[in-house]
Order: sequence, then structure tokens, then C-alpha cells
Amino acid sequence: MSHKITDHKKQITFLLALSMLGSSASAQGTVKVGVLHSLTGTMSISEITVANAAQLAIDQINAAGGVMGKKIEVVKEDGASDWPTFATKAEKLLTQDKVVTVFGGWTSASRKAMLPVFEKNKGLLFYPVQFEGNECSPNIIYTGAQPNQQALPALEWALSKGYKNIFLLGSDYVYPRTANLILKKHIAAKGAKLAGEEYVALGGTEFSSVINKIKAAKPQIIINTLNGDSNVSFFKQYQAAGYSATTLPVISFSIAEQEAQSIGPALLTGQYATWNYFQSLPNPTNKKFVAAYQAKYGKNAAITDPMAHAYMDVYLWKAAVEKAKSFEPSAVRKAIVGISMDSPLGKITVAANGSLTQAVYTGQSGAGGQFKVIGQSKGVVTPQPYDALTFPGKSCP
Amino acid sequence: MDSVFLFGQLFTGLSVASLLLLTALGLALSFGLMRVINMAHGEFLMVGGYLTFLAAQAVGPGFLWLAFPLAFVGTALLGALLEATVIRRLYGRPLDTLLATWGISLILQQAARQIFGSTGVPVTAPPWLNGAVTIHGGPLDSLTFPYVRLFVIVLALVVLGGMWWLLNRTRFGMHVRAVNQNREVASILGVNTRRLDLLVFALGAGIAGIAGVGLAMLSPVNPTVGAAYIVNAFLVVVVGGVGSVLGAGAAALLLGFVTALAEGLTSSSLAQATLLILVVVFLQWKPRGLIPTQSRALEEG
Repeated sequence: MSHKITDHKKQITFLLALSMLGSSASAQGTVKVGVLHSLTGTMSISEITVANAAQLAIDQINAAGGVMGKKIEVVKEDGASDWPTFATKAEKLLTQDKVVTVFGGWTSASRKAMLPVFEKNKGLLFYPVQFEGNECSPNIIYTGAQPNQQALPALEWALSKGYKNIFLLGSDYVYPRTANLILKKHIAAKGAKLAGEEYVALGGTEFSSVINKIKAAKPQIIINTLNGDSNVSFFKQYQAAGYSATTLPVISFSIAEQEAQSIGPALLTGQYATWNYFQSLPNPTNKKFVAAYQAKYGKNAAITDPMAHAYMDVYLWKAAVEKAKSFEPSAVRKAIVGISMDSPLGKITVAANGSLTQAVYTGQSGAGGQFKVIGQSKGVVTPQPYDALTFPGKSCP
Repeated sequence: MDSVFLFGQLFTGLSVASLLLLTALGLALSFGLMRVINMAHGEFLMVGGYLTFLAAQAVGPGFLWLAFPLAFVGTALLGALLEATVIRRLYGRPLDTLLATWGISLILQQAARQIFGSTGVPVTAPPWLNGAVTIHGGPLDSLTFPYVRLFVIVLALVVLGGMWWLLNRTRFGMHVRAVNQNREVASILGVNTRRLDLLVFALGAGIAGIAGVGLAMLSPVNPTVGAAYIVNAFLVVVVGGVGSVLGAGAAALLLGFVTALAEGLTSSSLAQATLLILVVVFLQWKPRGLIPTQSRALEEG
């Protein structure tokens, strides 16, 4: 009996040793990161392609040998367009899968849901979409445009073209309301006129009253922060009412190449959008990115600003890891400040507040849903999470 | 509020009413006359929209002559298929029907996603519908009536008229009304109620298909568009009086003008809340709706 027990013990010790060998071997070979976007539900239209762009960057990095000698292993989770789900999935990625960083989120609601999870678990989130500012968590890298990198440059462009009477139209949630709050302050400060302001429920399809109000207010330009499918209804009904880009131009913050395709390029011809990136940007890094994405996901795939940000975020993380010589989130967060690279967006640098110093472009929609760049910021724009005019005295630590 | 804005809002009311009516008529048939709570009704609208897109792909800008018959026949066949395979087996079990049709709506949405992708497809109104009637001079100077909206109003009137004629002036309609009043007696008197159920459900679906063509010119065509309309369609049916086609017409007008008034005076998002509150209050006052129908089937329910 006794020697049998020893046999068992030996076997167990052997197995234990084997399993430890195995786990340390895999720890040596790969490093886990999370990709957390809505793969189902109403936001999946926009977020699937953003997840694809992050995956493309990860595949490219792995093909070139990985990060610090380790292959990146992706744990993909579905936020399902449901904000509490984003929080649970983020918790799962950080505590069970033990990922070293997460790339994800689109709506401000999903980001706000994930923020406490990342702060509690000392994780790191790369957030690729333009947003309303007013937030700076040490655990989030906000690479999309701050208000002063999209909304305000758009206003300045409109004023420079002589459009002094402005109508603000948006979906009814935090981003359009905050962006317009900031815009109103600047419209007043610049001596321009606010013709009117109107919000339609997210997903709303009826714009008859709104167009009637626009007609009564007689603005020279509309600044549009509608999100999602409401844009399709709005542009169809705006055109039916006899408006066009020449009679009443619209400058939009949530319409990129992909949205242009689904709205129908014919409806959008001549309209404007402001972003940090357009598919048509001529820099060589972008040409390579567009070619690689279309080779993998279809040769007519549209590429948008949040996709370019998501793609670049992975490379930014890699650069920060290599600079820190560590995968540890707080070390990466420290190292990422000051990193500068040539990206599809052009030259970008990470500022101390974790956002990007990046250029701003105004594009005009043409045939095929592509935008032609017609305006550009003077050099790059430093990110300001808090607008000085609207929220005086507030700033990031 | 100047007079141009006021008349503009009146036209908005009429336009919203026509959309409400188009989306609700098919539902009034299946919900009212057959007591089937069809949660997949919005998806019939969506299918109509996609068939419009296919028609536009096939014949180019002048697609409407093809889109209407294609959407009507296509969705009617789909409706008939669902009636024969699922809904027929659930008559008299309203909660099961509710659940089953909701499941069907999810399946149809996912099917649209698989076939056409999750991004919507572009449908634009034919060129002859681009433009608007504009009043020049006088107190109503620059008041405009877009052709597309006028077209949808006419479409709603034609469909409403056609349905009223069908229900009140034909033998088929007499059978429908007879079954609605007392299914057993109608059956004893020789009405083939099974066949009638199939036809009524298919007709309701077909009308939703026609509505889908109209909607495609003003709204997006994508997998989730049906969900945007289903709540308002149910509102119209309930306010109008369950089972009443003319009631649906009256309710659509009422809700359309209330919406336009509330949107004119306040903002779009506040107007939606106002409308829902008013409907709740109205149903406290008149729980059977504007024009209630006398029906034994409904009393039993």
C-alpha cells in the first residue's frame, strides 16, 4: 500500500511540474490583450469594423515577431451594445483572462460603464472614438478627438467660410449635448449667431418638424451631431424639403466613409465632415493600412476615423511596452507619454493627459462616399479634455 | 409662431399621420380582427423596404411600378408562410403568439443582417419625386410641400380606401366581419375560417410591404428599422379601437397632429414623451379607443 501512495505522489508531483512548465512556457510565448466591442446589437454596424482594424494591427505585429519577443493572443469579447455588459466583460477580461490591456468601446455610455472597472483593477483601456471630453482617467488612453480637435475646428472652418448663422442638430444623449454646450459658448464668443438647437431621440426617424423649424430659423449652416441611422432619415427628408449642400450645407461629426455608404452617397454629395482621419489621406502609412485592410476584409471596405485610431492604438501600445520594457499597465501608461509616430492619421504624439496631439481635417463628400480633404488645421492640435471657455478652471491632473 | 411655420406644422401632422396609418393598417387587420399580436409586423415593413431596394437594383431609378407589386406579393407570401407554419397553431393563445412572433421578428432581423449586412442599404426616391411644391408670395410665402411626403399621404389614403372597400363592400370583407363578430356561427354558416385567417394575415403582411416602400423613401432600410415603427403602430391600433380600420385612420390623424403640435411647441424628444403621456390619459378615459367595434371575439378575450 505504502509504495502505491508514493507512486501517486510522484505522479502528482510530475504532473504538477509538467503543468508549471507548460504555463511558464506559454507565458514566455504569448501575451494576452482584450478586444471589447459590440459585435451584436445596434452599435455593431460601427464597432465590428473597429474590432477588425485592431485585429489587423495585432496580426501584423505577430507576423513581424510580436511584442518583446511575445506573440499577442487576442481575447475577443462582445459588449452587445449594452453598457452594463461592457462593464461585466471588462471585469472578466481583467480578472479572469488577466489581459495586460484592452482595446475597445465606442459610445460614451459604454466608456463610462467600463471606467470604474479599469480604475478598480488598475487596467488599461485604449478608447478609439471622438468624444465629449470632460473626463481623464489615468486608466484610459483617449485617442479619438477631444472637443477641441473636432467640434471647435469645424466651427472655426464654418466661420472662416462666412457661415455666421448656425443651427445645432443632434441626437439626444451626452455627446451631442456636451459638444453643443461647448459650441454655443464659442458661437457667442465669436460674435456669430445661434439660429436654433434641436435634439431627436437616438434612432429617431421623423424630421418633418425639425426641418420646419430649420426653415423658420433660416440658418446658413447646420452642425450635425446626429448619430447612427437617424442621419439616413434626416438627409432623405432634408433633400425632399428641397435643400442641398449649396443651399444649406451640413457639417457632421458622426458621418464617416462607412456611414456615407449606408446613407447613400447621392444624398450626401457636397456635404462636410470633420475628423482626424479620412480614407483619402495620401500619406504612405495610410496607403499601406488601407491596402492591408481591404486585402483582408474586402476590396470595397470603407475605412473610417475610429478604425484608423483603433489600428494605431495597437501600435502605440506596442511602442509603449517596448519603451517601458514591461507589460505592466501602470508602467505602460507612464511610458506612453511623449511617444510619437507616423500613423495613418499622419504624425501623432501622446500628450501627458493620455490623448493625442493630432491634425484635424475637414472633408467634402464626393461620389462613392469618399471625402476630399478641403481644410486642415495649422499643424497638429494639442488635446484639451476641458474646454477653457465652457468649464473654466477645470483640467486634467 | 408665424403662419408659415404653423401651416408647415399642420402639413407635418398630416405627413406623420399618413406614415402612422400606413404602418398600422396591416397591424389593425391582424391584431384587431384576428386577435393576433404580431410583434413581427415591423419586420414586414423592413422586408418591404429591402424588396424596394432589390427593385431599384433591378430596374434603376423608375423602380416604383415594380416595387409596389413586388413588396406586396413578397411580404404577403411571407405572411402566409408564417400563418400556415406558426401562427395557425397558436390561435387563442395570445401570450404564446406574442412570444413566437417576437422570435420570428428576431429571426427576420438576423436574416436581413446575413443577406444584406448590418449596415443599411441605400434607397433614394425616384427623380420625379425629388422636389417640392412651394408657395410664392402671399402670407404663406415659401411654404413647401415635398413631393415624397405628398406621395406618402396619397398612398396612405389609397390603402385606407382600398381596405375600407374590401371590408365593407365585398363578400370577402363580409366574411371577415362575420368571423370577427362570431367565429363559431360564421363557421357553421359555411365560412371557411382557416382559409380566411390565412388570407387576412397575408393581406396584413402585404399592406405592411406596401408601407415599407413608402417608408424606404423617407427612412433608412436596415435590419432594425422595423423596431422603430412597431411601438407607434401599436399606439395607433389601441387608440383607434382594437379591430377598427376607420378607428385606425382617425387615431393616426389625431396622433399625427398631436405629435406635430408638441414638436412645434417644444422639442422632438419632449414631444415623444408628451405623446405617450397623452395616450395613457386617453386610454383611462376611453379604454376601448376612438371607434370601438362590437365583437364577441374581443369580449371573450
